[in-house]
Amino acid sequence: MAETKYTEEHEWIRVEGDVGTIGITQYAQEQLGDVVFVDVPAAGRKVAKGEACAVVESVKAASDIYAPASGEVVESNAALADTPGDVNAEPTGKGWFFKLKLADKGELAGLMDEAAYEAFVKSLG
Amino acid sequence: MTEPSNGPLKRTPLYDLHRELGARLVPFAGYEMPVQYPTGILVEHNHTRTACGLFDVSHMGQVRLTAKPGQNAAKAMETLVPGDIAGLQPGQQRYTQFTNDAGGILDDLMVTSTGDHLLVVINAACKDADLAHMQKHLSATCEVEPMFSRGLLALQGPQASTVLSRLVPQVATMKFMTGAYVVIDGARCYVTRSGYTGGDGYEISTPADQTDAIARKLLANPEVKPIGLGARDSLRLEAGLCLYGHDIDTTTTPVEAVLLWSVGKERRVQGGFPGAAVIQKQIAEGSTRKRVGLLPEGKAIAREGAEIVIDGKTVGIVTSGGFSPTLGRAIAMGYVERSQSANGTKVDLMVRGKPVPAEIVPMPFVKHAYYRG
Repeated sequence: MAETKYTEEHEWIRVEGDVGTIGITQYAQEQLGDVVFVDVPAAGRKVAKGEACAVVESVKAASDIYAPASGEVVESNAALADTPGDVNAEPTGKGWFFKLKLADKGELAGLMDEAAYEAFVKSLG
Repeated sequence: MTEPSNGPLKRTPLYDLHRELGARLVPFAGYEMPVQYPTGILVEHNHTRTACGLFDVSHMGQVRLTAKPGQNAAKAMETLVPGDIAGLQPGQQRYTQFTNDAGGILDDLMVTSTGDHLLVVINAACKDADLAHMQKHLSATCEVEPMFSRGLLALQGPQASTVLSRLVPQVATMKFMTGAYVVIDGARCYVTRSGYTGGDGYEISTPADQTDAIARKLLANPEVKPIGLGARDSLRLEAGLCLYGHDIDTTTTPVEAVLLWSVGKERRVQGGFPGAAVIQKQIAEGSTRKRVGLLPEGKAIAREGAEIVIDGKTVGIVTSGGFSPTLGRAIAMGYVERSQSANGTKVDLMVRGKPVPAEIVPMPFVKHAYYRG
């Protein structure tokens, strides 16, 4: 059973077994506007929780994507190189960024569940 | 596109319209301005390139100069700018810059002669300083009248002429960089055939209280969509046009910025504007650096502040960079040492610590489409 958690940086991580798939939320893509380039980490890269490991470029600006947990990148979404607009169209689907083999699932405990994240977005006005 | 501001944000006459249209409003030069509408910057950009876009640029400053008896406003203005203003025929418009004593650029501006007056359009972020500058130096010879409450609409794109001609037939035959008084919907407006997109189009100066009605009338045409500041920036970058405070400022001269085309031929010789000695020396001997176009390989975007490097040595800096929707790739402009500025020169742009290979290329990135008759 997959479980999805959210960060205050407006990223989501969907956990199945010990692998988490990471992307940005609907709110984040709306704020960014048209995404024109995504720089995703290569498979094999080890990342620490909170480390900037991907970049999403919209027409307006570049934004870092932070690892929501520590682990090793096992796959990145190569299709985004040709269709970065997937991040706008399906931020929680085809627009995923990379998959991480989690080093410590305990790190996810501090992240928000869907209800908490929705409340967080609402609090931003 | 945003910046900190002091005090409450000002609003243009189109504020309510922007809200109705679902714009995302951001602080810009002390105003609450639309950065984009719900369709997004890419669609807005492409719509302006293929059809017609309406921009609210009412935050820009408009100033009217009128010579006092026995005086000449154009000659007076020439003491502040290197452009050939005295040579403007009634109805002609020119691009120029306010320079300082070091030849640096205080602001860039458009000047149009109506015959009786000079109409000046200045950047929003500079307008209070520009007004004070003009009042200080021109008040002895001219009436300097700020018209900061007027509206300014830019109607841009290949169908702009078709659209505006429905309301004002005479604009169809106006040539690029000319202006005329017209009546739109009973309102006396001043229209110039100019803009900031590199494409055909007009800028329309409107009475404050009729700006909203005129904007709605223009938007009622099926070809016209509202366009925000986001697409305004990507359009001007494709056209190779400078953004004040980024590509030009008090530390860059018109020569370094490759704006020498806007310096009057006689004025290069005769001087008589602030910083003339510096600029004349640069014309004669060349400047140490110059503004160039940059075409990065691949898809990474080099933005303002990225270093330009050759063989590990920094030779310059990117001053504007972004994604070109028309070309579907990244573009940039910046300053490099003149000895390294030849077209075709291979450089690296440092993006997040990694070198992105790029080539120095001529600008504009997208061919200008001005109407020259």
